[in-house]
Formats: sequence, structure tokens, C-alpha cells
Amino acid sequence: MTLALVLGGVLALAAVAFVARPFLREPAPASDRLDEPGEPERRRLALAEERDHALAALKELEFDHRTGKVSDEDYRSLVGPLRRRAAEALRSLEPRAEGRHERVRSSR
Amino acid sequence: MPALGRAALLLSFGLVLYALVAGSYAAWRRRRRLALSAQNALLASFLTTAIAAGILWAALARRDFSFVYVSQHISHSLPLGYALSAFWGGQEGSLLLWLLILSGYAALAVWLNRGTRELMAWVVPVLAGVAGFFAFMLCFVSSPFDTAPAPADGAGMVPSLQNPYMLAHPPLLYLGYVGLTIPFAFAMGALLSRRTDERWIVATRRWTLTAWTFLGVGQLLGAHWAYVEIGWGGYYAWDPVENAALMPWLAATAFLHSVMIQEKRGMLKVWNMVLVALAFCLSIFGTFLTRSGVVSSIHSFSQSPIGGWFLGFIVVCVVFSVALIYLRLPILRARTKLESLVSREATFLYNNLLLVAFCLTILWGVTYPLLTQALRGETRSVSKPYYDFFLHSFGLPLLLLMGIGPLVAWRRASVRALSRMFLIPFGVAAATGVALVAAGFGSSPPGLLAYTFSAFVLASIVLEFVRGRRATGSVVRLIGRNRRRYGGYLVHAAIVLLAIGIAGSSSYQTVREHALRQGQSMEIAGYTLTYNGLGSKQEANALATRATVDVSRGHSHVATLHPGKNTYPVEKTTSNEVSIYHDPRNLGDVFLIADQIDPNGTLYLKALVKPLVNLIWAAGFLFVFGALVALWPDAVEQRRLAERYASGAVAA
Repeated sequence: MTLALVLGGVLALAAVAFVARPFLREPAPASDRLDEPGEPERRRLALAEERDHALAALKELEFDHRTGKVSDEDYRSLVGPLRRRAAEALRSLEPRAEGRHERVRSSR
Repeated sequence: MPALGRAALLLSFGLVLYALVAGSYAAWRRRRRLALSAQNALLASFLTTAIAAGILWAALARRDFSFVYVSQHISHSLPLGYALSAFWGGQEGSLLLWLLILSGYAALAVWLNRGTRELMAWVVPVLAGVAGFFAFMLCFVSSPFDTAPAPADGAGMVPSLQNPYMLAHPPLLYLGYVGLTIPFAFAMGALLSRRTDERWIVATRRWTLTAWTFLGVGQLLGAHWAYVEIGWGGYYAWDPVENAALMPWLAATAFLHSVMIQEKRGMLKVWNMVLVALAFCLSIFGTFLTRSGVVSSIHSFSQSPIGGWFLGFIVVCVVFSVALIYLRLPILRARTKLESLVSREATFLYNNLLLVAFCLTILWGVTYPLLTQALRGETRSVSKPYYDFFLHSFGLPLLLLMGIGPLVAWRRASVRALSRMFLIPFGVAAATGVALVAAGFGSSPPGLLAYTFSAFVLASIVLEFVRGRRATGSVVRLIGRNRRRYGGYLVHAAIVLLAIGIAGSSSYQTVREHALRQGQSMEIAGYTLTYNGLGSKQEANALATRATVDVSRGHSHVATLHPGKNTYPVEKTTSNEVSIYHDPRNLGDVFLIADQIDPNGTLYLKALVKPLVNLIWAAGFLFVFGALVALWPDAVEQRRLAERYASGAVAA
């Protein structure tokens, strides 16, 4: 029983020290504010997702066309809007996406 | 040692309570150090829970009968492996297993996503809230560390649990049940932090797939356990506890499909939140059914007072999820709309509706006895015909959709392209159907449909691989470029094998029962079974009585089987021990049950011939392989996601 109490006490102390660690490591931090993405970062993320969706959709369309799931006629009507969407998203993410933007333009 | 176990559990409870309260406050007031401190509390709770679990395992290994839990679940004569498996054989132990797995998962999720602080700030309190419930139950309602003067021997283990499958089946199910907490916590964390971008999906994609795989494999192992151990000749009986594991699996299956539509098209955000919450709540409901003993089941090994607590917790989870999703509806609007009802995303939608409808009909069947008891004071239940009706109504169209989906393009498909894609699979299915009817398999319409649809799906999967290989040049490159899609196809193939096995072994099985004296024979489905004697053997924990039955086909002897009974002196009970011959020619089984053995040696032998039943177990291996292919990390995608979330990397 005594051993159990001692071990339990040691365990509790270790747990408390570990939980208090962020405060012990930084007793007086310059900022204690939890990072929160601002509006520009949220916008960048939304555009990055939009770009990835558009590029993935283009990839899927190409693959479906090559495997015969999409007819030539459907392909022609679908590929234009998807390329425009991808290009717009890439343009909005400039200059980060300059390289990819060029690749999409050259594949037209 | 029990005192240390109690102390460790109390510490776990204190830590997760702190993680809940401090974590919520930190996320609300945007306090960085407090949020990190709450994360540390969640990490530490894994260590304290692991210590508590270690103490219980040590007590089971040492057969320390001063622990009430140990004396109630094992005996001196029980082999060590089964003694250790008693950890999840009883209510208190399985609650501890829940907490152990959850705290382990939570610690891993916190560590993997340590860079995404603003999302984790809300994920931590949600995880802590769930862990807090289980820690509370273990500390104050159902402790595994209660002690009493040690008896000379323990009560032993229920004989049906003394089976090697019990070493793996319950933990795998729990790994699945508990694993669904992680996507739930991330989804709720995303809603609480108003972050409805795809970060939570990226962070939980593999968690969901892993939990779903564990749940699927756990159920298959459970089905095999029932097949070889329970001794009635079946593997799934629509038992409430079996259904309890099937329901979250169905909901998670729907989610795995619909989340792809959100990832590709930005649609179904609300629906995905609902499915994640549904899968989680059903996993808690499954634990409640298994452990509360409120419904009659061969799997409910305990009656206990924990039902009310669980019911309360389920209500809290449902209300919390529904309220949060409702409050966040304005920011969950879809950016795009369904372009055509004939498209890949539309087939996913139909698949979702069928899966959820099937799940809800099972839920109704499971809760019906509880509702009639509560409302009318008498217990009424639904039985096999109810479930079989809905299995045929929803399962067969789902099977067909598995073949249709891969053939249809995203966004929209023209009639010309569709007719070209469907030509070969439709031809294969039609030829299969005609051949089966000609061979005399038309006696069971559901069986015939299942086989025909299975042929359609297999043909469409094979075509997908062939066309894909043509487009990319190699199968390895094809799979490597889209592991999720082709891993998914392999899982579909596994489900087809499962469907063929179920249809063959249920719709086309033969059953005969005869009383045989030594030397007598019986005939069944082309096999001759000859009873050649009886013998007994003392095993470590039971007296094993076995009949010797020779199995022959035509004039060839193919196997000698030994069905019989085990008598357990400690547990004061007897169990049926079945004996099975796996016939490689029809992938089926000759399944023998010694229903009764008279003192004069007369054997009442029940024999079942179950064609294709072994495809069900083979499906398990393909299922795991397909899931592993889908789970395998894709370096290109990892780089893309790392770039997308550059300000805070996400562990995908």
C-alpha cells in the first residue's frame, strides 16, 4: 500500500510537471496568443484548395478520356472551363504558382 | 497494486478533465501555452492509462484472485493466452481497453498534428470529453481494481470465449470503434474553430480508413469465431451485438465515399459532418449494446448498471453534434452543384443513400425491442426475415452500384460512352446469369441476382485495371498514381467475394440430421459420412469427447472429422465443438455438429454442406490488402498538401 502511494505520488508529480511544462519553459512569453489564420491566409488556403480541385479534376478528365469513359465531345466541352478555373486559381496564388500557371497555359 | 491501478485511473481522469476544461478555455480565449498544456495532459493520460492496463494484465497473468475482476473471469486451469484475453472479456476490462486505445490514439493524433495548433486547440477538448466519460466510468462506476479476499480458484471463462479468435477479434473491433473518435473529434474541432476547409479531412483520412479496416476485419474474425466456435453452422445471425459493429462500419463506408466528393467537388460538407457524427455515435452505441446487457445476445457476456450512463452519453453526443452542425450550417454551404444524375459523384450519392438507409433499418431492428419494452412494457423483436429483406433490398443494389460507379465518368457521362463502357460487363453478367439458370441455380432468386451482379462488378473492375494499364503503361504505375482508387477497387473485389461466399453458403447450402450408431452412414450433397467411434481426452481446462466420422466422396475417402463436445468442470458447462472439412473443389465446407451424444454411444449428427463459404474468409485477406494499398502514403500528394498547408503542416 505504501509503495503504491509513493509510486502514485511520483506519477502524479511527473504528470503535473509535464502538464505545466509550457508555462515552465516560457514563464513570460512575448506573446501567448494562439496563432489564428488571418483573412489573407484563409483566402490563400481557399485558393490553394480551389487550385488543387481544378488540377485534380483536369487530371481525372484526362484519364477518363483516355480510358474511354468520356467521349471526345464531352471532353471538349468540359476541358475548357476546367482549364480556365485552374488558371484563375493559379493566377490568384501568384507569385507562388507562377511555374504551374505556365504549365497549364502551355498544355492548352 | 490495485491501489496503484486506482491511482493511475484517477490521474487519467484528472488529466483528461483538465484537458477538457483548460483546453476549451484555451481554444475559446486563444491562449497558446494553456492549449499546449491541455495537449500535454492528454499525452500524459496515455501513460497513466497504460500503467493501469499493465497492472490489470499483470494481475491476470499472476492469477491474483484478490482482484474481483480476475476471480470473476479466469481460473487456475485457464491457459495463459486466454487469461490475458480476459482483459477484454469483462465489462470493466473492456472499458479500460476503450480508454487505453483512445488515449493512445489521441496521443498519436496530437503528436502527428503538433504543427496545426489552431485546429488541435479544439480537437483536444473533444477527445478529452470522450476519454473523460470512460475514465469517469472506470473510476466511479465500474472499476477493474475492486478487491476482495482471494478465493482458492476463479470462476473461469465462458467456454465460447476460450478460442484463439478471441485473442484478436475484440481488440480489433475496439481499435475500429475507438478509431472513429478521431475523425469525429477533428470534424467537431473544425466546426468549433469555424475552419470548414479540408484540413480536418486531410488530417483524418487515414484515421478513418484505418478504423474502418479494423472494424471490417474485426467483424470478419468475429464471424469466423461464430462459425467455428458457437456450433450452429452459421457465421452471422443478425445478433444485436453483431449489428452494433456493422452499423458504424456502414456509416464509415458511406463517409469514405462521400468525402471524396467533398475533396474533388467541394460538395456534401454537411452530409460528411453528419456521417462522421453518426459513425461515432453508433460506435458508442455498439459499446453500449455489448456491455450493458440491455438486449439479449450471445455476445453480451455481462449484465450491468452502466446502461443508463451510456445512454446519457450517447444523448449528449447526438445533441452536441446536431446542434453544432446546425449552428455552422451557414459556413458549410457547397461551392458547386451536382452537374448530372449520371456521373461518378451521383453514383456515390446513391451508394450513400443505400448505405445509410440500410444502417438505419438495422438500427431500427436493434432498438425495436428496447422501444417496445419502454413504451408498451413488453419486449418485441424483429428477426432474420426482417434483416434479410433489407439486405436484399439495399445490399443487391449496392453490389450493382459497385460495378456501375467505376464505369461512369466524373461530372457527366454521355449515353454513347456509357454504352461502350457497359457492353462487356453487361455481357459477362448476362452470360453468368444464363449459365447459372441452366446449371440449376435458379432456385434462389436473391442468390442468382447476387452471382449475376458479382460477375458484373468483377468484370468492371478487371476492365478498369486493363484500360488503366493501357493508358499508363503498367499496373504498378497505375496503382502508384492513384492508390486510393485502385486500393478501393481491390476492396470492392473483396466485397464481391464476400457476396459470392454469403450467397453460396446460405442460398445453396444443404442440411441433414441423423441419429447414427457406430458403423452407420448418412448421405449429404454427394458426401458419405460414416460414424466410426467415440473417444475422450482430458485437456488442461476441459474434458474433450470426440466422435470419429469418415468423409468420402464417391469411392474416395477425403477426410476424417472429429465433432464432439467439451465439458468444462470449473465453469460447469458443456460446449459443442464442430469439425470442418474444407473442400478445395467447391471452396466450400462439410460442417459437422455432434448435436447429442447418448451414453450408449449413439451420435445425433447434424451435417451442413456450405458451398463457397471459404470465399468469405479469403475476402478478408483481399480486403486488408486493398485497404493497405489505399492507406499507403503517396509522396506526391504529401508534398502537395505540405505546400497547401505551408503555414502549418498537416500529418495526412
